[in-house]
Amino acid sequence: MSAGIEFRGVSKVFPVRGGDELTAVDGIDLEIAAGEFAVLVGPSGCGKSTLLDLVGGLTVPSAGEILLDGRPVRGPGPDRSTVFQQYALLPWRTAQGNVEFGLEAIGVPRRLRRARAREYLELVGLAGFEERHPHELSGGMRQRVAIARSLAYDPEVLLMDEPFAALDAQTRESLQEELLRIWRRTGKTVLFITHGIEEAVYLGQRVAVMTSRPGRVKAVVPIELPDRAADRDLRSSPEFARYRHEIWSLLHDEVSRAQQWEREVGRV
Amino acid sequence: MSTELGVRSAVVVAPPVVDRKVRQRRSWLPALLRTVVGRSAAIVVLLAVWEAAPRLGLVDRTFLPPLSEVLRAWWGLLDGGRLGENARASLVRSFSGFGLAVGIGVPLGLLIGWYRPLAELLSPLLELFRNTAALALLPVFVLVLGIGETSKIAIVLYACLWPILLNTISAVRTVDPTLLRLARSLDLSPLRLFQKVILPASVPVVFTGIRLAGAVSILVLVAAEMVGAKAGLGYLINASQYNFAIPQMYAGILTISVIGVAFNQLLLAIERRLTAWRPGPPTS
Ligand SMILES: Nc1ncnc2c1ncn2[C@@H]1O[C@H](COP(=O)(O)OP(=O)(O)OP(=O)(O)O)[C@@H](O)[C@H]1O
Ligand SMILES: [Mg+2]
Repeated sequence: MSAGIEFRGVSKVFPVRGGDELTAVDGIDLEIAAGEFAVLVGPSGCGKSTLLDLVGGLTVPSAGEILLDGRPVRGPGPDRSTVFQQYALLPWRTAQGNVEFGLEAIGVPRRLRRARAREYLELVGLAGFEERHPHELSGGMRQRVAIARSLAYDPEVLLMDEPFAALDAQTRESLQEELLRIWRRTGKTVLFITHGIEEAVYLGQRVAVMTSRPGRVKAVVPIELPDRAADRDLRSSPEFARYRHEIWSLLHDEVSRAQQWEREVGRV
Repeated sequence: MSTELGVRSAVVVAPPVVDRKVRQRRSWLPALLRTVVGRSAAIVVLLAVWEAAPRLGLVDRTFLPPLSEVLRAWWGLLDGGRLGENARASLVRSFSGFGLAVGIGVPLGLLIGWYRPLAELLSPLLELFRNTAALALLPVFVLVLGIGETSKIAIVLYACLWPILLNTISAVRTVDPTLLRLARSLDLSPLRLFQKVILPASVPVVFTGIRLAGAVSILVLVAAEMVGAKAGLGYLINASQYNFAIPQMYAGILTISVIGVAFNQLLLAIERRLTAWRPGPPTS
């Protein structure tokens, strides 16, 4: 199952010290279809994580609303699941136990939990690692456990906040490939945040580029590439390069604007 | 060919864990022997010096009798029942005070750590109490509770409470925030959050406090028993010194050291069991 996400004029304002206010995101209008793989890129601090928190129901918008399958979001729930950049694994639980954690939260009976956790660990290529604790796993494996945990309780929407940022290039590429495979198989709606332009082009069906703070949607670029599974070296194809350049140009102005702003703030 | 084997496959094969275990077993005995020898070498040297120095006249044997004499005195005390009686008195007080401190300090610490405003309100007070030496309060305890068991147990309880309480509070407050976010995104109820995240995450730091308290419980008690007590190891040591039964005095001191070490080892073993998931051994 999957659900579409709709942002309708979403803004988020944070109170900051000294009674001031900080507009993190401003007037976001964006529609993500059910089953779509959407990627969000933008300069640091433009409010990407803020948007994800809003979809996750961890915070509420200051204005506008977010619809999930047509219904407004009213708090966290098991129909959405987040994969955090820092893995967020419980260090005292094994890989198996960590996947089961999500299942416990939604009240899956014990016997079903075991089987389901194993199944999803296998799906992310971790069969044989069930009894390992997080500190006995590599960074890439930990993130796989986190992905397995997110998938196991069958959410409709997968929210991923720079999940591969801390990994080395090769592990990242193999996990990207795997994520696409899983996405194709499960048909979930994915909202994926990244700093990496290549990652965005490689993964996304559409890439939304955000402006520097306050974050707005600057452009949405549909990516039409031949089937990724068939073409191994997609990344060096001319189409890929064209998309990469397009997004790079869109981002470039925003990044320099954000940096200039930071420098000014630093001087004051 | 080698490139094909390299990066492509995303599925990783688990390295055989069994292999490691077998290797461990094979080298288990010599390794254990080495640690035992290594660990006890310093103690053996100390005991040898203790035996030799008085005999060689390096120190006055009236003030420091050789170890063998102390051990003989220890055996005499044990045989006569005095050692057992006094040790029992001390252990009952120590464990009562320590046990009460754990029973009060851990739940209270969890509560205070959980309610942030409460922690902020109480922290100056806690800081003040922690820095008030328990023994300085001994006269107060005696004044209020008399010189009986109650005041002895109370002083141990008091001294043990602070390390446990403060460590428990900080354990709860330093739980990895991403785990809290995870719990929130899963919409866990506060009770589940506490039971499944906060509590297990706090165990290592709580235990550091418990181990600290374990050492304190014996330390404080012995000192308390030296002032106005009719039984206990502290009393035994003090009385022996008073009667100039120096070997007996050292026998009492030795007993306390051994009890202290044994208690710490016991707590360490429990801690290891509870935190087996941690990468390193517990820090002391
Ligand atoms: N709870 C908060 N209180 C105050 N300000 C906040 C809060 N959360 C985020 N902000 C601010 O909102 C802005 C957007 O933050 P956010 O974390 O969403 O950015 P981001 O796009 O995810 O950045 P990055 O790419 O570096 O992760 C930042 O300027 C940040 O300082
Ligand atoms: Mg972010």
